[in-house]
Amino acid sequence: MNIYVLLKRTFDTEEKITLSNGKINEDGAEFIINPYDEYAVEEAIQVRDAHGGEVTVVTVGNEEAEKQLRTALAMGADKAVLINIEDDVENGDQYTTAKVLSEYLKDKDADLIIGGNVAIDGGSGQVGPRVAELLDIPYITTITKLTIEGQNVSVIRDVEGDSETIETQLPLLVTAQQGLNEPRYPSLPGIMKAKKKPLDEIELDDLDLEEDDVEAKTKTIEIFLPPKKEAGKVLQGDLADQVKELTGLLRSEAKVI
Amino acid sequence: MARKVLVLGEVRDGSLRNVSFEAIAAAKTISEGGEVVGVVAGKEVSGLAEALIRYGADRAVTVEHDDLGQYTSDGFSQALLAVIESESPEGIVMGHTALGKDLAPRIAGKLNSGLISDVTSLEEAGGNLVFTRPIYSGKAFEKKIITEGLVFITIRPNNIESLQQDSGRTGETSSLSVEIKNLRTIIKDVVRKASEGVDLSEAKVIIAGGRGVKSEEGFAPLKELAEVLGGAVGASRGACDADYCDYSLQIGQTGKVVTPDLYIACGISGAIQHLAGMSNSKVIVAINKDPEANIFKVADYGIVGDLFEVLPLLTEEFKKLKVSAN
Ligand SMILES: Cc1cc2nc3c(=O)[nH]c(=O)nc-3n(C[C@H](O)[C@H](O)[C@H](O)COP(=O)(O)OP(=O)(O)OC[C@H]3O[C@@H](n4cnc5c(N)ncnc54)[C@H](O)[C@@H]3O)c2cc1C
Ligand SMILES: Cc1cc2nc3c(=O)[nH]c(=O)nc-3n(C[C@H](O)[C@H](O)[C@H](O)COP(=O)(O)OP(=O)(O)OC[C@H]3O[C@@H](n4cnc5c(N)ncnc54)[C@H](O)[C@@H]3O)c2cc1C
Repeated sequence: MNIYVLLKRTFDTEEKITLSNGKINEDGAEFIINPYDEYAVEEAIQVRDAHGGEVTVVTVGNEEAEKQLRTALAMGADKAVLINIEDDVENGDQYTTAKVLSEYLKDKDADLIIGGNVAIDGGSGQVGPRVAELLDIPYITTITKLTIEGQNVSVIRDVEGDSETIETQLPLLVTAQQGLNEPRYPSLPGIMKAKKKPLDEIELDDLDLEEDDVEAKTKTIEIFLPPKKEAGKVLQGDLADQVKELTGLLRSEAKVI
Repeated sequence: MARKVLVLGEVRDGSLRNVSFEAIAAAKTISEGGEVVGVVAGKEVSGLAEALIRYGADRAVTVEHDDLGQYTSDGFSQALLAVIESESPEGIVMGHTALGKDLAPRIAGKLNSGLISDVTSLEEAGGNLVFTRPIYSGKAFEKKIITEGLVFITIRPNNIESLQQDSGRTGETSSLSVEIKNLRTIIKDVVRKASEGVDLSEAKVIIAGGRGVKSEEGFAPLKELAEVLGGAVGASRGACDADYCDYSLQIGQTGKVVTPDLYIACGISGAIQHLAGMSNSKVIVAINKDPEANIFKVADYGIVGDLFEVLPLLTEEFKKLKVSAN
């Protein structure tokens, strides 16, 4: 089976976020594989181990994403591809990323493409369904279980807490929801092997795309942090008094009840 | 610039979700004096068209088909694309719900258009429509504009205020017949867990429990308080994973994103993935026995203590207030 994983390098949002010059300050920040894409990598490896084939991890980004790609290789993916469009494209959005990914994937005869359901930084959840549409293959978002038998696929999808059992066929794109699996940590031998696995880098040119073809349709004009909340009021004193004070505050100060 | 804007009304249990009315309000702003057209797709939905008009749509179009009884991406995209083809809109608004998240990017992909997802507010500023949305798990916000083509957005429920319902408002309703074919994904079974009663994403008051609730029975005092306040019960992942409650109650990045007026977090530590789903709440109260718990950093009011002692007292106090208010 020919399996592709869409992987995004993201800012670790557990970290403190600050701005510098109107942009998110990335100096010294921790970058990770988007957590939902870790589930995607794990699932791809499990499917390959059960059905044979190959797992290729693909990222649209710059050189710094090599680290996350190597981590995916160390987990067990077979190949990695970095589509580096940093020098070619000034302004990108989800349209850009999806267009680039689909141009790359269109002649790869992928049986299964797995992405995350959302990136924890950009947070739009657009890229998976957009790519499937551009490739004209079916997709199922926010899945928590994947079973493949021959060409037949059965999936459990999380829909705001309800679960749907859906049947479909390969080729297919799915996006991972938490609960799909427990991603493995790269093992030491895995890390050693990953160093020798292929990590190809390609550019816009290699995809026969021009900058105009992928130009963003939206633009970020400002980034800001939420107004700093005043330190909350931790109530003091006898518990019964605290409770009285709280109901009083909710009524008179916060006016929510 | 006056625009024609489509709003996809979302049906649940036979009626429209509130977010659809909020979407009409957003569409009004985007239309800049143009026309707002409500769209409802489903098996039998013609009765719902009027509601879209009462909440501010100028017209409504219904698309009925046996294959639209349940949402599938293939079915609904064919329905919506048929409406888009016949109406040629300049804008589209949907809720950022499971349905909108699944459908909108596909439509945007098909139309080669931009899409701004999970919008929490919008305004007209300096000749531009400016959309604000949370990024970095809610720790920051960005303002975005559409630079080319369709103005296409999904809105986060409970953030944009819907217009007052006007029962006297009238408008044309029409139906569009569509052909639905080649459904590539078939829904075999749906296990509905989403709790009856108040829709968590639309609730004004939420009492949420975490691992600190300690058992299924431990949710009882939360339910009592929710009842007194007319609110809903929610949970952290920790409580769901420990089987204290169902996953449909989960709030956070992988669960529901909520923006109630009042959020009371009980025995929840305040992990970033949880905060991503509730930090926009208007007022946050934390009850936790650990004074260092992260949840106190986002809370407006905190009580350091055992939730099993605090909640019954709180419920009693609210009951008293209610009696004296009546
Ligand atoms: C040249 C360039 C310039 C950019 N400039 C900006 C900018 O100025 N401001 C800004 O906010 N953003 C910018 N971006 C990033 C872009 O807007 C989005 O971050 C990106 O398209 C993904 O959207 P998202 O974060 O909403 O991911 P989502 O749609 O939420 O991601 C869902 C899933 O899609 C897949 N996916 C997402 N992104 C990638 C990727 N890059 N590679 C592989 N798989 C992926 C993953 O599986 C992920 O889990 C730029 C991107 C490019 C390529
Ligand atoms: C990719 C990913 C996605 C995730 N998505 C979500 C999500 O959507 N939603 C979510 O909630 N989490 C999510 N998580 C999990 C998250 O990281 C935390 O593990 C989870 O939120 C912890 O739940 P908790 O606060 O209930 O438990 P804990 O962190 O164990 O906290 C329990 C708290 O209860 C307090 N406590 C204990 N007993 C009492 C008592 N008697 N009275 C008062 N206080 C008491 C303790 O002091 C403690 O602070 C996600 C994680 C990952 C990796």
